Amino acid sequence: MDATEIGLWGVPLAVLGGAIRVSTPFIFVSLGEAITERSGRINLGLEGTLVFGAMTAYAVAVMTGSPWLGLIAAAFAGLCFGLFHGWICRFPKVNDIAVGIALMLFGSGLAFFFGKPFIKPKAPNLPAIPFGGWSDIPQVQAALDVNVLFLIGAVLSVILWWAFRNTRAGLIVRVVGDSSDAARAMGLNPDTVRLLATGVGGALAGIGGAYLSLYYPGSWTERISSGQGLMAVALVIFARWNPLGCFAAALLFGGAGALGPALQSVGVTQGYYMFYAAPYILTLIIMIATSSPTRTLAGAPGELSITK
Amino acid sequence: MNDRKAVGVETIGMTMRFGAFTALDAVSVKVPAGSFHALLGENGAGKSTLVKCMMGFYHPTSGDLLVDGREVAIASPRDASALGLGMVYQHFTLVPSLTGAENLVISREKVPGIIDWRRERADLAVFMERMPFKLPLDVKVAELAAGEKQKLEIIKQLYLGRSFLVLDEPTSVLTPGEAQEVLGLVRDMTKAGDLTVLMISHKFHEVTAFADDVSVLRKGRLTGTGRVADLDHKAMAAMMIGDQPIAALDSRAAPKPDAEIVLKVKSLKAPDRTGLKSIRIENLGVRSGEIVGIAGISGNGQKEFLEVLAGQRPRDGGEVLVRGSAYAATRAEARALNVRLIPEEPLKNACAPKMTVAENISFRTFDIDGNGRPVNWISASAIRAFSAKLVEQFKVKTASLSSPIASLSGGNVQRAVLARELTGEVDLLIVSNPCFGLDFSAVAEIRARIMKARNAGAAVLLMSEDLDELLELSDRIFVMSDGALVYETPIAQASVQTIGEHMAGHH
Repeated sequence: MDATEIGLWGVPLAVLGGAIRVSTPFIFVSLGEAITERSGRINLGLEGTLVFGAMTAYAVAVMTGSPWLGLIAAAFAGLCFGLFHGWICRFPKVNDIAVGIALMLFGSGLAFFFGKPFIKPKAPNLPAIPFGGWSDIPQVQAALDVNVLFLIGAVLSVILWWAFRNTRAGLIVRVVGDSSDAARAMGLNPDTVRLLATGVGGALAGIGGAYLSLYYPGSWTERISSGQGLMAVALVIFARWNPLGCFAAALLFGGAGALGPALQSVGVTQGYYMFYAAPYILTLIIMIATSSPTRTLAGAPGELSITK
Repeated sequence: MNDRKAVGVETIGMTMRFGAFTALDAVSVKVPAGSFHALLGENGAGKSTLVKCMMGFYHPTSGDLLVDGREVAIASPRDASALGLGMVYQHFTLVPSLTGAENLVISREKVPGIIDWRRERADLAVFMERMPFKLPLDVKVAELAAGEKQKLEIIKQLYLGRSFLVLDEPTSVLTPGEAQEVLGLVRDMTKAGDLTVLMISHKFHEVTAFADDVSVLRKGRLTGTGRVADLDHKAMAAMMIGDQPIAALDSRAAPKPDAEIVLKVKSLKAPDRTGLKSIRIENLGVRSGEIVGIAGISGNGQKEFLEVLAGQRPRDGGEVLVRGSAYAATRAEARALNVRLIPEEPLKNACAPKMTVAENISFRTFDIDGNGRPVNWISASAIRAFSAKLVEQFKVKTASLSSPIASLSGGNVQRAVLARELTGEVDLLIVSNPCFGLDFSAVAEIRARIMKARNAGAAVLLMSEDLDELLELSDRIFVMSDGALVYETPIAQASVQTIGEHMAGHH
């Protein structure tokens, strides 16, 4: 396992592997947030949902011995968080951003509270499929060890992209997100649609959390998310609310996140901490580059409070 | 989907009370099948209340509704649509980011879980064959012109199988040409017996040109009804406004062609709100003592142009000169050069809605003393005295000077803004859609004030979506289309037809 064996080729390889590994929670959270935002509501609480999902998945996996049960429990916990957010936002004059921030803190706090006894025990991991078996090089094998959730996320983003155009549910979400008045004129109740969209978004974020604690990094600690849920929200804007864009942007963010460890592994000892900050810097740059004081964002759902 | 023939609708003694307020007082209107009926009235006369009772949005306090001669109970909009009653709203209810086809399909009562677009498209093509309008259905609604959106709204109702349509001021966002076309086609459908139409309007010429019958509401009462052919505009106006006094327009002082050019705009460039296109004003001059009107369909850059002049939008290049000096719309410049601004939707753009009437009226003067020098301590009594005088002079109806300005009616907010902007010396007045949504007497008064300012020597730049207003007030008219001034005409040679064609960008 000598990283210098393949020299600097290790860096792009590790970035690729990292992109696949690190991006998975981004994919799920951003797809969930894309659904929620397409319905005209923003849920910043997904950071808390992610952490709580990670804790739930780990705890259930420890107790039952099955990572899949953990995953389902995390999705269910996320669904509850999403529905809670959606339910509060049904009341008049409630600001979805403020509620989201409150739920972010609430979710993290609750996860720390219930998660204390699970920091020590070891939970079974979610399975990965070794696509790198054809190669003898361990780095290639490591990079191509792809978790099933990544594949599910990839398929899901295509399905969502298709569903937004070709299913009744998809069109209804878009209608509600773009014009509450039009939705009401059609006899739809925007609040109900948003409640469900926020619930589904929460469930996907919970799954993202399960991936964190059950595969990579693969243990439950309080600092497990380090803001990935919030970055995923930025990523949705960057991806212009397009599920395929979310997938691509998640890969980009994942790659950026893997840059620091990759440089460290090839022996760069100076300044690699800078590269640990890469995803955060990328978030900042993207937010600045894609916003403008004089124009509205193309493709933004018309009812979204931040772009209205 | 459109097999149903036109239905007739009749209201009998329709009454609607909201608490102590009677919005609708025993109104009986008969709209026979296949007729084109116009509903006239001022804002607040009860037109929308009446149609909302018909559509099931409101439940009338008393009164009956007959559809094809049979009494029906309509508890919700769903019941109304089941009977074939539909409404086209003044504000579009299409979803901007969906295509026309998506909008049509999703508005249907029963939509399959997975939409087979190949089949839907084939069905739509068959349906569109029978429609008088031709429309691109694969384009996002946001990219359609206003006239196309209006047509799509009507098509949507027909697609849903409605055969009685309420059109709520359907031409307010259309060019004269588009209005002519849309109403003409709708009229042909009523003549063929496929459709019954009840059109809410306040444009007499439209009523005369297209409607068979007319009903007039004032303050919740039916004040007149009859065949359009038997009524002239004067009779309709009398039914509509009763005997309230209407401010007369000052006669136009003769323009002086050699008067000083107060506002000069040279090769101005600024991004529009999408950031994808830009507006370009090559050369525009407004002389003292003239009103220059800018016509155009909304969304062609007028708003951005006004925002640049008001200092709300940065510009990429070009010059704005007022009396020869560069003008960047700072408070100091506006004060020194006597530039005044009346933006559209005054409550939103020219007022602090929760501050009091007195404070709002003194926004221009609260920080200077009688000699124009800045003051350190603001005198509440001076503000009150100043605004009390203006409220009196401009007939602003307000409960008190310390009411929040948001509690005033639209006409009175506009009067308060006019009071602030037209007091003192005015060399340049920039106005945008000053009469939008106001009632008859407020409109007449506000137009009279603008004309008075012109006759007193102000240079007036008037942007309006209401062509009649521009024709009434302007000395010269420009047409703005796609971000540029594309046509200029002195008022004497102005023709609605030519202006309309330029507005639509057909040149």
